[in-house]
Formats: sequence, structure tokens, C-alpha cells
Amino acid sequence: MNSTILQTATRYLLPMLLVISVVVLFQGHNLPGGGFIAGLIGASGLALHGMAFGPKSTREALRINPATVMGVGLAAALGSGLFAVFMGLPLLTGIWFNLEVPGLKTIKVGTPVIFDIGVYLVVLGVVMAIVLSLLEE
Amino acid sequence: MLLALVISGFVLAPVAPMLQRALPHRAGYIVALLPLAIAVMLGLMSAGVVNAGIVTDTEGGFSIVSTAPWVAGLGVDLAFRLDGLGLLMAMLVSGIGALIFVYAAGYLHGHKHLGRLYAFLLMFMASMLGVVLADNLILLFVFWELTSVSSYLLIGFDHSQEKSRKSALQALLVTGLGGLGILAAAIMLGDVAGTFTISELVLHRDTIRGHALFPAIVVLMLFGACTKSAQFPFHFWLPNAMAAPTPVSAYLHSSTMVKAGVYLIARLSPVLGGAAIWNDALTWIGATTMVVGAWMAFRQRIMKPLLAYSTVSALGTLVMALGVGTTKAVEAAMVFLLAHAFYKGTLFMAAGAIDHETGEKDVSKLSGLRGSMPILFIATAAAALSMAGLPPFVGFVAKELMLKGLIPDATRGTGSAALTTMLVLSSALGVVVAVRFGIRPFLGDLKPTPTEPHEPPRSMLLGPVMLASLGLLAVVLPGFVALPLVGPAASAVLHATAKPDMALWHGVNAALLLSVVVIVAGAALFAIQSGVLRVIEPIASRLDRLGPARVYDGTLWAVLTFSRAQTRALQSGSLRQYIFFTIGTAVIAIGGALAVNQGFSSVPGLSDVRNYEIGLFALLLVGAGYVGVAKNRLAAIAGLGLVGYGIALAFVLFGAPDLALTQLCIETLMVVLMVLVFYMLPDFRSISNNSQRFRDLFAALSLGAVMFFLVLIAGQSTPDLAVTTFYGERSVPDAYGRNVVNVILVDFRALDTLGEITVLVVAAVGVYALLKSTPKRAKHIAGLKEGSE
Repeated sequence: MNSTILQTATRYLLPMLLVISVVVLFQGHNLPGGGFIAGLIGASGLALHGMAFGPKSTREALRINPATVMGVGLAAALGSGLFAVFMGLPLLTGIWFNLEVPGLKTIKVGTPVIFDIGVYLVVLGVVMAIVLSLLEE
Repeated sequence: MLLALVISGFVLAPVAPMLQRALPHRAGYIVALLPLAIAVMLGLMSAGVVNAGIVTDTEGGFSIVSTAPWVAGLGVDLAFRLDGLGLLMAMLVSGIGALIFVYAAGYLHGHKHLGRLYAFLLMFMASMLGVVLADNLILLFVFWELTSVSSYLLIGFDHSQEKSRKSALQALLVTGLGGLGILAAAIMLGDVAGTFTISELVLHRDTIRGHALFPAIVVLMLFGACTKSAQFPFHFWLPNAMAAPTPVSAYLHSSTMVKAGVYLIARLSPVLGGAAIWNDALTWIGATTMVVGAWMAFRQRIMKPLLAYSTVSALGTLVMALGVGTTKAVEAAMVFLLAHAFYKGTLFMAAGAIDHETGEKDVSKLSGLRGSMPILFIATAAAALSMAGLPPFVGFVAKELMLKGLIPDATRGTGSAALTTMLVLSSALGVVVAVRFGIRPFLGDLKPTPTEPHEPPRSMLLGPVMLASLGLLAVVLPGFVALPLVGPAASAVLHATAKPDMALWHGVNAALLLSVVVIVAGAALFAIQSGVLRVIEPIASRLDRLGPARVYDGTLWAVLTFSRAQTRALQSGSLRQYIFFTIGTAVIAIGGALAVNQGFSSVPGLSDVRNYEIGLFALLLVGAGYVGVAKNRLAAIAGLGLVGYGIALAFVLFGAPDLALTQLCIETLMVVLMVLVFYMLPDFRSISNNSQRFRDLFAALSLGAVMFFLVLIAGQSTPDLAVTTFYGERSVPDAYGRNVVNVILVDFRALDTLGEITVLVVAAVGVYALLKSTPKRAKHIAGLKEGSE
């Protein structure tokens, strides 16, 4: 698919979609969003890139193999649950820390955030792996 | 302690093949040390030398209990109990086990899979110890099934032979089916008595006996016991099980596993015994089996089937005696059990040794072996004389006791004369079989055999010589060998002190006279056996074809035919048909449930519908309808996309923004994926005719209608809001998030999400593998596409 319109549009849409996906990921705790949706949004941006420029150039742009993304995501999700185990709590119990940032207000950081990032990476990796292999056929 | 003894076999089993590889000539002897140690340990424990918490019961027996929690919620504990009956059985299992390992080392010397045989035998031994020591019905059932499984593996040991596999499956199906009977009976018994602990059941004896389920419990228990102990009409699997290597036949199928059913009957006699249904059924099943087995053994010339049928007969005798259930009969049963284990173990090992050293399996072709294998001759002859019931062997004592337990007197019912006659008849047939197999082949002139006969190696002589000697010592030194085992065993069955009288001479009495009749009749029958067989064999072999094995074959055939037919009908391989069946089932199940429960009567009116909602659903309908009539694939995909986005819009309208967002993303990606796959599919064609289309339309509309009413009716009920309220209230204070949906996903129910993303990864790997690992197919499709362009 060698369409100039699609390629030009993708140049602008991809960064926007990726930024939106990250925003949706982090706002998910209080507003609609979360790792799953964010992963799908990010993946649709990358799928767009794959259709416009071909899977080879998408793989080059990504640098990381989608399989690695999946693996890292799964490890992050599982790892976030292990914190609680080391503290003697049941697996995947949410643990929160207050992070003092000088000059800014206190930010709450918790293992569920890491878990959600893991979900994001898994969804992104899975969809990319499927789309790219299909594109390559 | 008892738990450790039972488990040890399972622990050693996986190590045995490695041991065999490391020490190919000694492994069998090393493995044999485990059962030997178990036997010694059991002896020391029961004698009170090793302190194991021994309890002496009022009935003159003893018991050692060890309990560990397992499934406490269901009342299933790892409860083990060693009493007289358990000790007798466990001693046979471990003692004969030790001899079998040594014997197997010689019999299968150099066999490629000898280590595997050791592993299976160890598994079996541990399972069998579990059966006879378990004090919990469910635990007993678990070990019971484990013996069936290890028996399956052992019968099918020579798995390259079709006959082995078939026989193994037959044994597994018959005994496994019986095992299910035991499970059902155990659950009912536990429910009625309020406990699964076997030793406590007797306290609830009257409750159990008076309960409406009592007949069902008895029938199912007996079904299980009779399949395992090869009682008529389930006896046919045992002769077929002789496809196993001889050490296995000698161990499982003569002296231990087949006695599990007898053990179970004996174990439950104090609880279920005394009721007419239990005693009568056992007595007559046992007596029939005894005669049928003896008759079938009489007709055999091949060594192992001959011994197998004579084992069937002996098992029948034991069941019959337990059915009669009097003190004398139970004492006789315990002595007979021990005697049979001694002589039949010897004879099986001798059969293997003779086959091994001569290459001949047919006893009628063997003669004059005494010169080349004198030690085996003496051991075999001693066992055969014990089996024939001649003094001074333990078989004689057992038969005397058995006769005394049956001979009619004032206290016994009318059946006892018939039982005595049946016992005399089958014993006389037994004499013929014992002489034919155990003595005749060694006498006379040497006949040529496939290989030059010579004495078997020492490893294969140890078992027969030991067991044959025990058969003599049990009578010579009863207080040392036999009484410490059979006395407490009979006490445990009777729940009263029992001390079998094992003396050889009681003066001239009815039992002695009948013994003489048996031997004289047997000798006479032996003299004319070839003539008798020539006359009856044509008739008998025709009758064989009507036997219960035919019922088994017929049932198996019917089940297989049915499952093949239903697989062909339901699992046709056509995706459209699968969907049709799935939808049809859903419609019938849900619609049926709604109709039966009067669900349709509470359908609310549709007064509250707004105009834009009607518009939205009209759009959805147009999209869905368009998919059905689309003339090319791209149009169909667009129609599907319309439906998907419409549903997302509905989510927005009804206040589920998270779902709407997800649905939008999924729909977008779905269309993208569809378009990608699109290029790989063959041309769009109409593959259904008009009547099929109407059928599919009907199915689709039915499902739609059922779901429509289901959703409407479900909305009517007032759900329990406890869960909703909990998440709503705890979301912010516990998880610091206001988006409850997300908090549930990543915190409250994070484990579910972890499972889901794992499934996603697995699915991606699957897709990747499908796409990348079928180059031929992919190229084939690519070729098709090019051709069509």
C-alpha cells in the first residue's frame, strides 16, 4: 500500500496516538482509560504505520521485537505483584508509596501502576506481533 | 510412620530406572531392600518393638493409627491404620514384593525396560499398601484406582504386542468401572454414617443398616470388590491379564491385587455384614466363581491361564467363606488367604522359570524335568501338594478349616450342603490342576523342548523356594509363621478374639473324610482327564462364546460406535456447523430455562424508549442485515464495523465510557486485521443454498430473540448490590483510584487480569506459530491468490 496520503497522515497521527495512549494509560486510575485501552490505541497507531510504510520499516522504527515487549510487560505485571509477597502479603496486593517531589505536590506511586504499565506493554506487544506477522505474509 | 511406609514406594519409583542404568546387574536386589525393610518394620511395629502408638482393642486385636490432614473440608484425611487384617495383607504385599523384585532381576535380565518394570512394580506396591492400610474410604478409593492404573501399566508392559494393550485396557475398564462403584458407595456410606473413617463406621452400624440407601451401598461395594477380585461374571479379565510378564502375574494377579476385593469385603464385614443381602450375595457369587474357575482351570493346558483360572477359583472360595461369615468360616478364609499366597506365588514363579528355561508353555508337552531342575521340582511339588490339600502343607489345614466352616450341622441353613458339595467338587478339580502343572511335568521321560532345560538362576529360585518352605513352616511352626498373622486378621474381621486351630490331626471326623474323598476323586479324575476333556471340549468351547467376555466386547463396540457416530455428526470440521450447534444449544438451553421458570411472564413493557435510541438500533439492524446480504467481503467487513461502532455508541449512551473506548479500539483493529487477512482468503463465494440460508437466518433470529428477552428479564430482578457497593466504597480509600472499573482490573481482581494477559501472550504466540510455521500452506494460498488475479 503505497499511498502518499496515508503516509503523510501517519507522520502526524502516530505521535499523537502514542501520546494519547500514554495519557490514557496514566489517567486510567481516576478517569476512563487504563492499560488495556491505552495499549489498543498505541497499537492502532503502530498498525497504521505498518500499513503506510510496510512492516519492515515499522520493525526498524520500533527497534524492539514485539515479543520482547510482551515478555517485559508480563514480567512487569507479575513482578509488581511480587512486591507484596516479599512483604508477607498475598500476591498482587497493591502497595503505595508517597513520592515527595521538591517544588511539586506529593505523588502517590503504587504497584498497581506498574501492573497497568505491564498490561499496556502486553497488549501493545500482542497486537503488534499479530499485525506485523500478518502484514509480512 | 505408616504414611512414610506407604509413600516410600512412590518416592523410589522414579529413581529405579536410573538405578537400573547405573547398576544393571544389581538394581533388582537393591530395590528389593525397600519392601524387605517395610516388611521388617511392619513386623516390629505390630510386635510393639518399635513404638508406634500401639492400641490394644477389647476384641483381642491391636491397631496403630497415624493421621495427617489432607482435605479437611471434605472429611478426607491421610488416615492410616494398621490392624490384624491390614498386617496380614501388608506383609504379603511387602514380603512377596521383595521376592518378586529379585525374581524379576533374573527373569527379565538384560531387558531394555527392566528399570521401568521396577518403577511400575514399586508404584503398585505403594498403592496396594495404601489400600490395605488406609483408614479413610476416599483415601482407600484413591489407592484402589492407583492399583488399577499400575496394573494397566504392568499388563501392557510389552506394549508392542496388541494383545498386551488390549488386555491392559480390558483390566483397566473392568476394575476401573468397579472402582467407580466403590466411590459411589463410599460417598453414600460417608453421608449416612457421617464419617469416612473406616474404623469408626462400625459404631454407626445400626444407622447404616437401617438406612434406605443400605441396599444400594451393598450392591455398589460388592460390584467394586467383585470386579477387582475377578468374581463371576467379571472374572474374564484375569486370564487375559496373563499377557503381563510373569513376575507381574505372580505378584499382582495371584497374591496381592486380586485380593484387594477380598480385603475390602473383609474390611467392611463388621459394618455391612450380618444382613441377608450382603451374606447371601457373597456366598453364592463366591461359590459360583469357585466352581466356574476350577472348571475353566481343568480345561487349560497352557501354564499361565491354567494358574489364572485356578486363582479365580481360590478368590471365589475366599469370597464364599467371607459371605458365610461365621467364626470358623472367617478363620478358614484368613488361613486360606495365606496358604494361597504361598502356593500360588510359588507356582507362578515356577511357571515363569519353566518357560524361561525350556521355552515351552504347554504343560502337556513337558515331561521328565526333575533331572535338569531338581531344586525347582522340589519347590513346585511342595506348592502343588499344598494346593491339592495334602498334609503336611498349609493348604491341607486351610481346606480342613474351610470344610469345617461349611459342613452342615444343626446351626446352618439348607444351603450349606450345596456349598460343601461345590467345595468338594472344585477342590477335586483343583487336585487335577495341581498335579498336572506342579508334578507331572517333572516325572516320566524327558521330552524335547525348544531350548535345553536347565536349573534356573538363583535369583529365580529364591522366590519359589522361600514361599514353598513357608507353606510347610506355617504348619510345622504355626506360632512363628502363621498364627501371628491369621489370628489378629480374623479377629479384626470378626471384631472378636479368634485363634484358628492349625493342628494337622484332629482324629477321624467329617472334614477329614471329605478331604480323603477330594483326593481320591481328584486322583481318579486325573487318570481319566484326557478322555473327559476329549468328550466335553467341543461342547464347552461352544459355550465359551456365550460368556461374559462377549458382553464386554459388545458393550465396548457399542460405546465406540456411538462415540464415533456422534463425533462425526457434531465435530464435522465445518466452522459454520459448529456455530450452528453452539447457537442452537444456547437457544434451547436459555429459552427452555426461561419458559420453564415462567420468565416470559415478567417481560416489562418498552415504554421508556427514546427516539435516538430507536435510531441507533435501527442503524445496528441495517449494519447486521447488510452483512447477511453483502455481495463481497469488503462490504461485509464494513457492515460488521458499523455494528461494532454502533455498540460502542450504545455503551456511551448507557454510561460505560471505559467499555465504549475499548470497543472502539477493538473495532478499529478488527477492521484492520480483517483487511489484512482478506488478502490471504480464497475468493468470496456463496457456499450455502437458499434453504441453508433460511435455516441460518432462523437460528440467528432465535438467538437474538432469546438474548433480547433474557436481558429484559434480567433487568427486572433486583440484584444483590453488596459487591457493587463494596467496590464503590473501597475503591478510593483502599486503592486510591476513582475509576472503579480500572481499580478492579489492576488491584482488586489483578490476579484475573494477570491470567488474561497471559492468555493474550499465549494467543499471540499461537498466531505467530501458525503464520510462520506453515510455509507450504501459506505458499499454497499465495499461489491460489495469484491464480485468481
